Amino acid sequence: MLNLLLSRLATAIPSIVGVVVVTFMLTRLLPGDPAAYFAGLAASPQAIAEIRAKLGLDKSLPEQFVGYIGDLLHGNLGNSLSTGQPVVVEIATRLPASAELTLFALIVAVAIAIPLGVLAAVKQGTWIDHTCRIVTTAGVSLPVFFTGLLFAYVFYYLLQWAPAPTGRLDVFLSPPTHITGFYLIDSALTGNLETLWGALRQLALPAISMAIFSLAPLARMTRGSMLAVLGSDFIRTARASGLSPRTVIFTYAFRNAVLPVITTLGMVFSFLLGANVLVETVFAWPGIGLYAVNALITSDYAPVQGFVLTMAILYVALNLTIDFVYGLVDPRVRLDS
Amino acid sequence: MLPLLRHARYVLSENPVTGLAFGLFALFLIAALFGPVLAPYNPLQSNAAMALKPPSAAHWFGTDQLGRDIFSRVLVATRLDLTIAFASVILAFMLGALSGVAAGYFGGWTDRIVGRLADTIMAFPLFVLAMGIVAALGNEVINIVIATAIINFPLYARVARAEANVRRDAGFVEAARLSGNGEARVVLGHVLPNIMPIMMVQMSLTMGYAILNAAGLSFIGLGVRPPDAEWGIMVAEGANFIQSGEWWIALFPGATLMLAVFCFNLLGDGLRDIIDPRMRT
Amino acid sequence: MSTVPALAVEDLSVEFRTRSGIVKVLEHVGFSVDKGETVALVGESGSGKSVTAFAVMGILDAAGKVTSGRAMFGGADLLALGERDLAEQRGRELSMIFQNPRTALNPIRRVGLQIADVLVRHGGATRNDAPQAAIEMLKKVRIPDPERRAEAYPFELSGGMCQRIMIAIALACRPALLIADEPTTGLDVTTQAVIMDLIGELAGEAGMATIFITHDLALAAEYCDRIVVMHAGHIVEAAPGRDLFTHPRHPYSAKLLAATPGETVSLENMASIPGGLPDLRRSDLPACRYSDRCERRLGQCAQPLPQRTVGERRVVACWNPL
Ligand SMILES: Nc1ncnc2c1ncn2[C@@H]1O[C@H](COP(=O)(O)OP(=O)(O)O)[C@@H](O)[C@H]1O
Ligand code: SF4
Ligand SMILES: [Mg+2]
Repeated sequence: MLNLLLSRLATAIPSIVGVVVVTFMLTRLLPGDPAAYFAGLAASPQAIAEIRAKLGLDKSLPEQFVGYIGDLLHGNLGNSLSTGQPVVVEIATRLPASAELTLFALIVAVAIAIPLGVLAAVKQGTWIDHTCRIVTTAGVSLPVFFTGLLFAYVFYYLLQWAPAPTGRLDVFLSPPTHITGFYLIDSALTGNLETLWGALRQLALPAISMAIFSLAPLARMTRGSMLAVLGSDFIRTARASGLSPRTVIFTYAFRNAVLPVITTLGMVFSFLLGANVLVETVFAWPGIGLYAVNALITSDYAPVQGFVLTMAILYVALNLTIDFVYGLVDPRVRLDS
Repeated sequence: MLPLLRHARYVLSENPVTGLAFGLFALFLIAALFGPVLAPYNPLQSNAAMALKPPSAAHWFGTDQLGRDIFSRVLVATRLDLTIAFASVILAFMLGALSGVAAGYFGGWTDRIVGRLADTIMAFPLFVLAMGIVAALGNEVINIVIATAIINFPLYARVARAEANVRRDAGFVEAARLSGNGEARVVLGHVLPNIMPIMMVQMSLTMGYAILNAAGLSFIGLGVRPPDAEWGIMVAEGANFIQSGEWWIALFPGATLMLAVFCFNLLGDGLRDIIDPRMRT
Repeated sequence: MSTVPALAVEDLSVEFRTRSGIVKVLEHVGFSVDKGETVALVGESGSGKSVTAFAVMGILDAAGKVTSGRAMFGGADLLALGERDLAEQRGRELSMIFQNPRTALNPIRRVGLQIADVLVRHGGATRNDAPQAAIEMLKKVRIPDPERRAEAYPFELSGGMCQRIMIAIALACRPALLIADEPTTGLDVTTQAVIMDLIGELAGEAGMATIFITHDLALAAEYCDRIVVMHAGHIVEAAPGRDLFTHPRHPYSAKLLAATPGETVSLENMASIPGGLPDLRRSDLPACRYSDRCERRLGQCAQPLPQRTVGERRVVACWNPL
């Protein structure tokens, strides 16, 4: 188990190095003078020079890189121009909002896509299968920001089923005591059912918009791997042993078929983290995506850079977790390492 | 060629949806080529008297907050959207196919460098990386193209690498080498053309994603700038009016965007079934 | 000899739907196996041996369809049973083991559990005592250190070991009929003999009827009471093993034995028989599917084939047998 963990960690190191190098390069690629950029539009020449010295931009690239690494190790991502706050602090306070949305969307997507994929495979070639294909292709074709808007229009404006698409909680409700930062979990832990319900209502539309977008890779992979497994020798053995269809499909076929699906979760997270930015914009969701978009609009670069780095590190960590979970689930990997 | 055509007909008859996708594609192509000519109104012409009018016989898709005709804007935007997507796909293809083929054919260091590069890009959530690139390179359309190409690069490089690797020792490559062709010639003249069909499938499969990506970037204010007509930015403009019930401003460009992506995704699936039935899932 | 056979297959025909049309894979196949008897089903690869077995077990692919026939087993026609009733019988009354034991087992389930699943399904044990019963089965198929092996996954075991597990699964509920489809193909020669002996012994103990599918004539002769020869979806001859070897009656059987002298005839290498199996997709398949390769062909060979009983317990489907 420890071996497995260590071997997976080792594979993540090159990714992290790559991510850090790329984010460093992105800063240096800034057109014109990064110092002027960081200083803002109305800065005086002295202010710019000051910023340049402060950012270490007057040093050589390798020196700058070392400085950048040092900053990162101290958890320093610079300050936001518009708020003056350290980017690390702002991102940290906003992260739970984004994480809650993304994970909830993932759960919704998995809960829909996997049964859909299994059904399409078991009923291969029937209208169920074709419908599943069209629905998932349509899903991945939907721009999330458009789905989000459409949902807001239909469920908020027309039907009034959903609350106003602004933020994590209705203004009349107060956020739950901070434990994990996830409103659903915190309100459940503190037994605050009113807040729980309110948070869930706010979460529903943005999460579903994101989930629809990521249905396709999950459902297709489930279908494909389920078909492959259903045609394999050991399923024939299971049927020849008279095992009930339920045992054959769930205990034998599905558990094997789900393994490649776990691997696709990496791609699904790439989809979700990207969609997260757009959906937060549409629903005024106070997460790191919205933070970055607002910073982009005001040419406030440090938050954008911090955001890209945070997202990438998160993504590497997620992939690492996925790899590790795969190893735990598949005895062939678990026992080999 | 004939068996391929026969197979194409088989695929089309098995899956009429692909036929539908080809039809849609033709429509989009016409809109992209002749959009400005076909548009009933000037897409940039504001008309305060006609602001925020719902769809009518005169304005099929209604008008926006400046009184511009949404139908004309959606139509004219086709060219910009498809050009961005197409250009980025071509760029990704050129970068990816060349480096991928080189990696697969030569192996060794070339392979390691290309692989590392692809892995590093894949270590980012792709849309987020695209945001970072556009923000760094500058807020211009060309940078959207570049960013979209970069995030698609690993896909092309990997497919090209795998295919080139398989063919490295194939008879026809061996023959080309023996008849005195230089390595570069063998790669460009013999290996690359051979993997074209698979790359074509890849291109049509990523077209939809490229359109979505570009529209997403302009939705958050990167790249295309008002008053230019572009689907993503039009949805962003319409977003402000959704809560007051003016649905048409966002709906029509959004739906067109969706239809375009849907069309390319179906097309990609169909093309894959025709060219490479093995890959069918 | 009992009068009612354990399994009697009559007039079995199977078609497959494929992209290039309907393939008549089996046509009027008939044979029987008595209680306690071991019958070999031999034929080249592609002659329809596995399809015969799958049809009897009711586990044909979705593309395959039984178009005629009966398979009488324990007083009922297996081919007429619904899936639910048939599933009750499978694994309890009739069992099957397959070629490639390593892929025939669920790769991510402990082997002990896989045996237990069958026991629990057919009421051979409760969930609680199934693990112990599974270990007993492992002992029975002579797996050393059964307690520990029960906890193993298939990839941790050798091919021979996996085949023993397969046998344990198949015999867990003491079936009346065992179909072994090339159980030793792909195993090394020593393991082959061990597995064959094991099957023979366990079947003998339980008085079980066994169908042994193989393309190895020597193996068939050594372990089986009777041999049924298949060619392109037809049964061309059925005879006691010794009789077939000393005096084959069907031209195909004769060719088969003559092709390689001695008792080490293997159908793996059929290049010595001129021509291959006919393309079953042809619409104008001759009544005798061997006629294109046959040297004894007569005018009447285009007529529907006769089933001639020649001598004791011998049948040959031929107009001009030897
Ligand atoms: N799923 C299938 N679809 C189409 N044809 C099949 C299928 N399974 C078997 N066949 C055909 O049936 C014939 C007999 O196959 P099989 O019973 O597996 O031969 P063998 O005697 O080697 O066991 C072969 O010609 C094969 O092509
Ligand atoms: S029936 Fe005729 S053609 Fe067929 S095997 Fe007998 S003799 Fe040969
Ligand atoms: Mg077989």
